[in-house]
Amino acid sequence: MKLALVVLIPFIGALLPPLAIRGGRNACAAITAAASLLSLVILLSTVPTVYAGNVLQQNFAWLPQLGLSFSFFVDGLGLFFAAMILIIGLLIILYARFYLDRDDPMGRFFCYLLLFQGAMLGIVLSNNILLLVVFWELTSLSSFLLIGFWYHLPGSRQGAKMALVVTGSGGLALMGGALLLGHIAGSFELTEILTRGDVIKASPLYLPMLLLILAGAFTKSAQFPFHFWLPHAMAAPTPVSAYLHSATMVKAGIFLLARLWPALSGTPEWFLIVSLTGLVTMVIAAWIALFKDDLKALLAFSTVSHLGLLTMLLGFSTRMALVTAVFHILNHATFKAALFMSAGIVDHEAGTRDIRKLGGLRHLMPITSGLAILAAASMAGVPLLNGFISKEMMLEEAAHTVYAGQVWLFPLLATVGALLSAAYSARLIFHVFLGPVRESYPHRPHDPPVGMWLPVAILAVPIVAIGIMPAFFAGAIVYRTALAAAGGALPDYYLALWHGVTPALGMSAVALLGGLLLLWLYPAANRLRLSVPRPDAMTMFRATMAQLVRLSRRIIAAIDNGHLPRYLSIIVASIGLLAFAGYLRAIPAGFAGDRITIPATLPVYIGWLTLMLACVFIVWDHYHRLFALIVTSIVGLVVSLAFLQFSAPDLALTQISVEVVTTILLLLAINLLPHTTPDEMPRREKLAAGGLAVMVGAGIAALAYAVMTRSADTISGYHIENSKPGGGGTNVVNVILVDFRGYDTFGEIIVLSIAALTIYALLDSAMHGEAERRLARTRFGKRAHDPHPLMLTVVARVLLPLSLMVGIYILLRGHNLPGGGFIAGLIVAIAFLMQYIASGYVWAHKRARIDAHAMIGGGVVIAGATGLASLLFDRPFLTSTFGYFHLPIFGEIELASAMAFDIGVFFAVVGTCLLSLGTLSRVEERAEQASVRAQELRQEAKPQ
Amino acid sequence: MTLSWLIFPVAIPAMTAAFLVLAARRSLTAQRSLSILATVAQLALAIGLYVMARDGAPHVYWLGHWPAPFGIVLVLDRLSATMLLLTAFLAIGVVLAATGEWDKRGRHFHALFQFQLLGINGAFLTGDLFNLFVFFEVLLIASYGLMLHGAGAKRMKAGFHYVAINLIGSTVFLFAAGLIYAVVGTLNFADLAAKVPQVTSADQPLLAAGALLLLAVFAIKSSLVPLHWWLPPTYGSTLPPVAALFAIMTKVGVYSIIRVFTLVFGADAGGLAQIASPWLLPAAIVTLVLGTIGVLASRNLRTLTCYSLIASTGTLLIGIGLFTAPGLASGLYYLLQSTLASAALFLLVGVVLKETDNRTQIIRFPQHASLLAGLYFCLAIASVGMPPLAGFIGKLLILDAGRAAASMASVWPAILITSLLMIIGFATIGIRLFWNTPTTAHAPEPDAARLPVLTIAVIGAMIIAIAALSVFAGPVMNDMTAATDQLLAPRNYIDAVLRPPLAMR
Amino acid sequence: MSMEFLVATGIGALAAAGVYLILLRRTFPVVIGLSFLTYAVNVFLFTMGRLTIDKPPIITPTASGYADPLPQALVLTAIVISFGMTALIVVLSLRSFLETGGDDVTLGTRPTDQPTGPARPDKVP
Repeated sequence: MKLALVVLIPFIGALLPPLAIRGGRNACAAITAAASLLSLVILLSTVPTVYAGNVLQQNFAWLPQLGLSFSFFVDGLGLFFAAMILIIGLLIILYARFYLDRDDPMGRFFCYLLLFQGAMLGIVLSNNILLLVVFWELTSLSSFLLIGFWYHLPGSRQGAKMALVVTGSGGLALMGGALLLGHIAGSFELTEILTRGDVIKASPLYLPMLLLILAGAFTKSAQFPFHFWLPHAMAAPTPVSAYLHSATMVKAGIFLLARLWPALSGTPEWFLIVSLTGLVTMVIAAWIALFKDDLKALLAFSTVSHLGLLTMLLGFSTRMALVTAVFHILNHATFKAALFMSAGIVDHEAGTRDIRKLGGLRHLMPITSGLAILAAASMAGVPLLNGFISKEMMLEEAAHTVYAGQVWLFPLLATVGALLSAAYSARLIFHVFLGPVRESYPHRPHDPPVGMWLPVAILAVPIVAIGIMPAFFAGAIVYRTALAAAGGALPDYYLALWHGVTPALGMSAVALLGGLLLLWLYPAANRLRLSVPRPDAMTMFRATMAQLVRLSRRIIAAIDNGHLPRYLSIIVASIGLLAFAGYLRAIPAGFAGDRITIPATLPVYIGWLTLMLACVFIVWDHYHRLFALIVTSIVGLVVSLAFLQFSAPDLALTQISVEVVTTILLLLAINLLPHTTPDEMPRREKLAAGGLAVMVGAGIAALAYAVMTRSADTISGYHIENSKPGGGGTNVVNVILVDFRGYDTFGEIIVLSIAALTIYALLDSAMHGEAERRLARTRFGKRAHDPHPLMLTVVARVLLPLSLMVGIYILLRGHNLPGGGFIAGLIVAIAFLMQYIASGYVWAHKRARIDAHAMIGGGVVIAGATGLASLLFDRPFLTSTFGYFHLPIFGEIELASAMAFDIGVFFAVVGTCLLSLGTLSRVEERAEQASVRAQELRQEAKPQ
Repeated sequence: MTLSWLIFPVAIPAMTAAFLVLAARRSLTAQRSLSILATVAQLALAIGLYVMARDGAPHVYWLGHWPAPFGIVLVLDRLSATMLLLTAFLAIGVVLAATGEWDKRGRHFHALFQFQLLGINGAFLTGDLFNLFVFFEVLLIASYGLMLHGAGAKRMKAGFHYVAINLIGSTVFLFAAGLIYAVVGTLNFADLAAKVPQVTSADQPLLAAGALLLLAVFAIKSSLVPLHWWLPPTYGSTLPPVAALFAIMTKVGVYSIIRVFTLVFGADAGGLAQIASPWLLPAAIVTLVLGTIGVLASRNLRTLTCYSLIASTGTLLIGIGLFTAPGLASGLYYLLQSTLASAALFLLVGVVLKETDNRTQIIRFPQHASLLAGLYFCLAIASVGMPPLAGFIGKLLILDAGRAAASMASVWPAILITSLLMIIGFATIGIRLFWNTPTTAHAPEPDAARLPVLTIAVIGAMIIAIAALSVFAGPVMNDMTAATDQLLAPRNYIDAVLRPPLAMR
Repeated sequence: MSMEFLVATGIGALAAAGVYLILLRRTFPVVIGLSFLTYAVNVFLFTMGRLTIDKPPIITPTASGYADPLPQALVLTAIVISFGMTALIVVLSLRSFLETGGDDVTLGTRPTDQPTGPARPDKVP
């Protein structure tokens, strides 16, 4: 359980600071430190095993289907990084306790910090590369939160977003790369992968995989051309910069390269890409750093430069270079963290980080200055300090590296890089700490409380110790780490201060002196720099983002433009094309079939002609809406006649009665809607619409014809046979509706009910608000002065009971002859609606208090209950039964349980019609009364 | 008698809704308690059915005790059980979030809500093509009702678009069903699956046209580009809890695609085998891309959520569109998490809307900002597919499935690049919304409104669920794989359905 | 000409008219267009059972044969459902007009508050 704990403790611990902050800032910092310390102790307890040359592992299954497992392992390399993360972490926590102001939410800060720490430990200890990717992305997220900690500052917001975007994209690339690597290696466990270097390097997918992984590493470690995000991440509080952006997170990329070194390195691609990227980054970043006036920006770019140095070393693919890299990682971590904290102190105490405003601090803050100068000297590569040794070893490696036949390229540029780094280190020393004391600083600088400089002091110890006796203090660590990273034996080497007179020694000397010289020439150099154009990353980044957003907005505005006609035409067109493609996809066969066709009769011709004319008319002149409505109902009539003609009496009845109700509804609606449609479409659009319409129509006609001329073979024979014996009805259609497929019908009456409820809800809300006001303004045309003509009223009232009888009759006989719940329901509904129209809603409603809601609900309940009743008899839903009874009036009559169902249907239908049309006519009357009142008011207004 | 449980996912909401209309119309309290009660019952039921479905063979329910294919059958297999469970879980959250605040806005909210569930459950359970049409209509018309709940000018116009486009869809569905019946002569899925391979080459063109029309209908429901136009305005203008419930609606389309194009027009459909795949994958990729562009383009959280829903549908349909076992399984996994994520985002939109200042578009009450920001952060992570939440694992799975296919060249860049763009989009909106507020250190505004605790709790629960999907990814994927295996072996389904039940009349 | 041809062309004509109308810019023509499409699809669905004359699917001892009853049942369901849908969209367009003062179907357009009733300025051919 050890290893997992090392990683999990910070995550769990992250929950505590926000709670502990109630106990004060010290308690908060203490609990955070305790978490880190605990996992450090557990980690160090593995040292004996690991340094005995063993590897500790721990696996939990997570997603075996993918090869993603929750597995960790620790070897020299992992141990080295993990220890570095935790030790520097502890120092940072101590430092941050004193750095943060009272009104900074410290609980949140330490919470994020621990999250980051856990993620970082996860990266260096995971055994599964997919798991590594998980933690990799987690560092991106947590660093986003940390950089954005002071989110009220625009700089922090922008920096955080930039860091997230750049490292996030790298993470995505890494995600792809890791998947590929795992599949090439045949395993996602690093311990496996590291043994299969040859397989991996031989794979055809090696290059794409390498590029994806390098993209991940380079973005994280801010390698050229991805170096631009790091300086802007410096908007974060200094502890964050010191921790993430110098000691740990930016090293994650380096760690990845080192971790995968045995599996990936040694190929020409690796050498050419990695070493050159490193070299370029080292030189360019150093050059930029030299001229940064912001202390932290200078350190940031120097960090980038050193990361470039490390990348270059790893790119060399020689084991000696690897050793050097490991050694330099150690040294860089020490002096760079120290420098960042000193910078933070300066900022904190002097109130500015601007080098131009500083200088002479050694008199005001001697302790800080001393420590900072020491660290800077080490960075410059001054002998007797650890920076010198690793840098010299680096130069040694560069000295004999031949790149693409160029003997001079690497030695020369490496020296230049070293020279520049010496120069900016010197600038740090001379322009900030040495030199004359200024008259004015934003604050009066003085040394900070012990808690703040102590961490720096602690870091100063190894700087000197390793600088003097490298083998004694760092030998074991470097050996074990490099051994693990190399995944094999190491060459003979010795870490020592004095390597004798080597080219490297000369190069270091040149670098150091040249650096001082360059600083002496600083003004000139600065002028030179100012003369060349300097692109500003942030402006470019923001411009790109803005461009991106603008572009996408243009695209969306063009595509989703809210214009329904265009939507519908594209939808109809693409569906049509899809169907046509399907038609062509299958083997093109004869269009028409061989079924014997029926010769047309005169009435059918007439019907057809009417239909055609109706279609032409409606397209020709749909502007007068009443006319359009009349044409529509004519079509409905023709359709129902067609049903009658082709032996579907039930359909004919249903169609005609639905037609009536729909027409009434539309009439009521039209009264409140504009009476005409403006002729507003440009001719071009009309033609386009017409073209599309004709094509669709032709296609559908063709399909219909193709089907009708083919002979059929369907399952409905069974329904005909079993309709009477099984369903107890001779009207097969009705039996299908209420029995074979009663479930459809159940759904269908529910559709009706919902429609009614929705219509009711819609119109109910029309009785107030904007809609109500507009209703009142509705102007009605000249109308008969008597809204309810006597004849109509009388006829309607006489018809009511009659049609009720008819309805019930049709309902009862429906099972055997054309009819049934729907038709009956519609007929009865029409009878009631006649009352509304003839005598007005109010009158009718006063007389017959029909609770339409109850009818709807009741109908569905009855239908549903009938269905559920069969469960009691251990039969499935809607199983029907029937028997024959003698009723007084109707004589011998058959009652089927399906009829109860049909009665439910009946009620639902009646309720639906009454509720929707009733509400509509109620709205209508409201409007009329309102407008009448308005007219009366106008009349009264006239005389005055 | 266990089989009769299959009817209850339909019967419970149906009777509840009907009863609400019949008896509980007057009292909102009664409506709420009944509705919540019924939803809880459905969740319990869904869990039971899920367990039931795990025993392997599909469970069949012959309605009206008629043998298939002559009556209508309900079929419960692992896929439908999963969808039922997801729906029920979502429904609980939505009904709780809607209760008290949103359901007052208009008439019959809870009745319509139950009807909506009825339609969705029915569509997941039915084994009959035309019956699927009927339940599509039920869930659509219920969704019209819910979408228009509580009026509002923008909602009315958007609603007209929604209704009009979906009526076209329903019409096309009828054309498709008609063609298929005309050629094959049956409507039962299993029977179709059994008979489609025998269709003569002379009739295949008609059947192919029918099949692709059907694909088009389902594509409209799942808002596949270029049939997506109804979604942004609809979800963008309706009440947040309703939009949250609608997160499952697009998945009904996805479910139908999976069902029909693995069972009826799947690998062994003779001349029409895999008829959908050449169309689905490209469309899915385009959908993902457009959805992402929409996310980048959005000016507020609401629009962003709409387009991220489109993008997520595209992502999961990439998995489905591969029509391979890993592809389908990963698609299903992504479906689970993306549905929850989108729903939770919509609920969050509801909270944020009331919290933001209309003019400056930033949170008014700093003391709430950090909580809301936290929720948003989690949901953003889930939506863009970053670890540790399930979105990451889903994308990983889909990438992995896509690697095997010849389509890697298109699938990988699409998913990876869009993920980056999504990160940008979500970060931009999040920063604008939550990081422009004064720090909490400043004095909290006195008139700070109380946060809707229930809704926040629901969002939290959904985030936890998404996290659980990630932690237990292994077991979950086992189930998804099992569901996929069922789908890719349609023979069992066919036999289970067409075997006449005992003592058929 | 055969019945089949007439029916098929009839369906085509209905569908064509419907498609044309739904592509217009006001709610009312769209509604009418949708009901034309409904007619078209109902008849289409009906014809999927092929055409038969004088063979209603009502069991009688004398009947020589029956029309395919299944499509008829389906069409009946379809008719009723589409009735509900039509009713809803009609009311919706009315409601939307009352809310926005315009019956334009395009989103985001500022509705010009049209007066209802016959006295209406728009030019009508």
